[in-house]
Amino acid sequence: MLHRHPGLRLSLLLTPPILWLGVAYLAALGAMFMTSLWGQNDFTGKIERVWTLDNFHDLFTIGVYKTVTVRTLGIAVLVTIVDAVVAFPIALYMAKVASPRLQRLLVIAVLMPLWASYLVKTYAWRGLLSSNGLIAWIAQPFGLDTPGYGLTATIITLSYLWLPYMILPLFAGLERLPNSLLEASADLGASGARTLRTVVLPMVFPAFVAGSIFTFSLTLGDYIAVKLVGGTNQMLGNVVYDNVGAANNLPFASAVATIPVVLVLVYLSVVRRTGALENL
Amino acid sequence: MTARPRFRMLAAGAVLALVAAGCGSSDSGSDNAAGFTPPDIPMKESLGAMEGEINILAWPYYAEDGTSDPNADWVTDYEKATGCKANVKYFKTSDDAVTLMKSGDWDVVSASGDATLRMIAAGDVAPVNTDLVPNYKDVQPFLKDRLWNSVNGQMYGIPHGWGANLLMWRTDKVSPAPTSWSSVFEPNSPYAGKITAYDSPIYIADAALYLMNTQPDLGITNPYSLDATQLAAAVAVLKTQKAEIGEYWSDYLQHIQSFHNGDSVIGTTWQSNTNALAAEKVPVEAILPDEGSTGWIDTWMVGANSPHSNCAYAWLDHIVSPKTQAALTEYYGEAPANAKACQYTADKNFCTTFHAADAAYVDKIWYWTTPISQCLDGRTDVKCTDYGDWTQAWTEVKG
Repeated sequence: MLHRHPGLRLSLLLTPPILWLGVAYLAALGAMFMTSLWGQNDFTGKIERVWTLDNFHDLFTIGVYKTVTVRTLGIAVLVTIVDAVVAFPIALYMAKVASPRLQRLLVIAVLMPLWASYLVKTYAWRGLLSSNGLIAWIAQPFGLDTPGYGLTATIITLSYLWLPYMILPLFAGLERLPNSLLEASADLGASGARTLRTVVLPMVFPAFVAGSIFTFSLTLGDYIAVKLVGGTNQMLGNVVYDNVGAANNLPFASAVATIPVVLVLVYLSVVRRTGALENL
Repeated sequence: MTARPRFRMLAAGAVLALVAAGCGSSDSGSDNAAGFTPPDIPMKESLGAMEGEINILAWPYYAEDGTSDPNADWVTDYEKATGCKANVKYFKTSDDAVTLMKSGDWDVVSASGDATLRMIAAGDVAPVNTDLVPNYKDVQPFLKDRLWNSVNGQMYGIPHGWGANLLMWRTDKVSPAPTSWSSVFEPNSPYAGKITAYDSPIYIADAALYLMNTQPDLGITNPYSLDATQLAAAVAVLKTQKAEIGEYWSDYLQHIQSFHNGDSVIGTTWQSNTNALAAEKVPVEAILPDEGSTGWIDTWMVGANSPHSNCAYAWLDHIVSPKTQAALTEYYGEAPANAKACQYTADKNFCTTFHAADAAYVDKIWYWTTPISQCLDGRTDVKCTDYGDWTQAWTEVKG
């Protein structure tokens, strides 16, 4: 029967994923936004279902949330830049220089860290960055020292964690880039650097954007790395966590959680204007 | 979770060092707060047949059944005697416990004083009929009917054990040895960047206690009962301190690692962490400074809609029975609530070391209590700041 009813077949195929997207993603976001407009009994933590803008009023008038938002945004931007700079040469080598055999090995090597637990990797960086850790041990003979726990450590750790998410889209983008273009550029007398600048980079720009969406949004939501290596710093995720866990103030936590959602939406609309999304 | 507390002698050494010379300056013994009215949850009137199962929500190590360490087993005997199969879940922070209790899945919970009132007010726990818990009569009298376990004279749980938040330092890195909390609160510390503090709004009470001693003009008489001005003063102290903090700790394993590596050299801790570090041969010492300290006391409470309430009452009686208390608290490194437990400890000086029967020592400890808007110190002319305000303030301290 399915064979004769392509419409039915299609709707059966599409209904589950669309339900998943609609209920698990969009409805959850909607529920979160609705919660952020409710009040809460401070002592018992019970949600009081009266519409109020108090949460957003607090969010915009109390200075500390602006500081935390700016800090989180800064970390996300820096992590994205560091990842882009580190990932590009690796992806270029993988896509254009390495032999097919080595290429496969490198893809596995890039994916390998994703098999290890997030916590293990973060704790490993905690050990590395410690005042008697490996980094201090290597740096001290040169008169340098470990950055210690703080913002720098957070950026290093998050850049490490999200690097595969930048390398893979870049690698895919560079693979799609025809070698003939590079050869044509060389034939016309362009130097390697000029080819990179005027041929390769514009062609893989959408891949950069794809990677940056991952690194940027993953960083915006992170709260564990900064707790383990961030010293006394806190990010938006920690404020959400503290309000869910410690204060049990779900409405306020939801209000804080809308900040990264808005930031990512703004980012996506900026990206859309550049036309990069159509090329993904 | 490999860092299991290995205390005994080590603990004895550390705690002996803090033998409280001082006279208790505080009057935390007088609980006269006009309380709030808790939701009307019925109290159990009589015991019935066991239900065959119990769900236990507890601090780590509080419900060991011998599987992770054969020497730690205070569940098997209970299961054999009552026929109640124990399902245990450990929580990491008081806030976790409060959230988990909201699910209504748990029959009993070992709640610290910063969680108890919140659970009572939310209607997640029921009043406890102490007549149905025979061992309650042996609980130290100074632990009964206190702010954190009772409301208007009605007990909401059975006291379990307690300890103080101690001042710990690396003896090889900090010299001279600190004697007061001022060493972690005063600006221009030689240990700036290596100081640690507890990452929770309840830590504001530590700053308030420091102000009680250094700025009596503020009129703080109970560090959990702060009006807006007093809270602002405590926040100012914590903001000054933040410049000197290396990191805040909430995960005890992270805390132990920091002291192990020397990333933290001085700060607030629990006895069990000091013991774990001493067992790793890290040179640390911990004291209860003369001006007193904040501390924690755990209370076994019963879930409001406990479907296994008979097993729950049997657990309450079992866990505060002298022999179980002796084994558990000696293993964990805390003072037992049951006075008779002291006869059964392996180390005969255990109760002396932990000041288990020392009411004067207890008076120096301000046990974690949930701040509520009715002032806990009895003031009625002002409104006090509640836990929500404290959470907000704590976010601002961290900046």
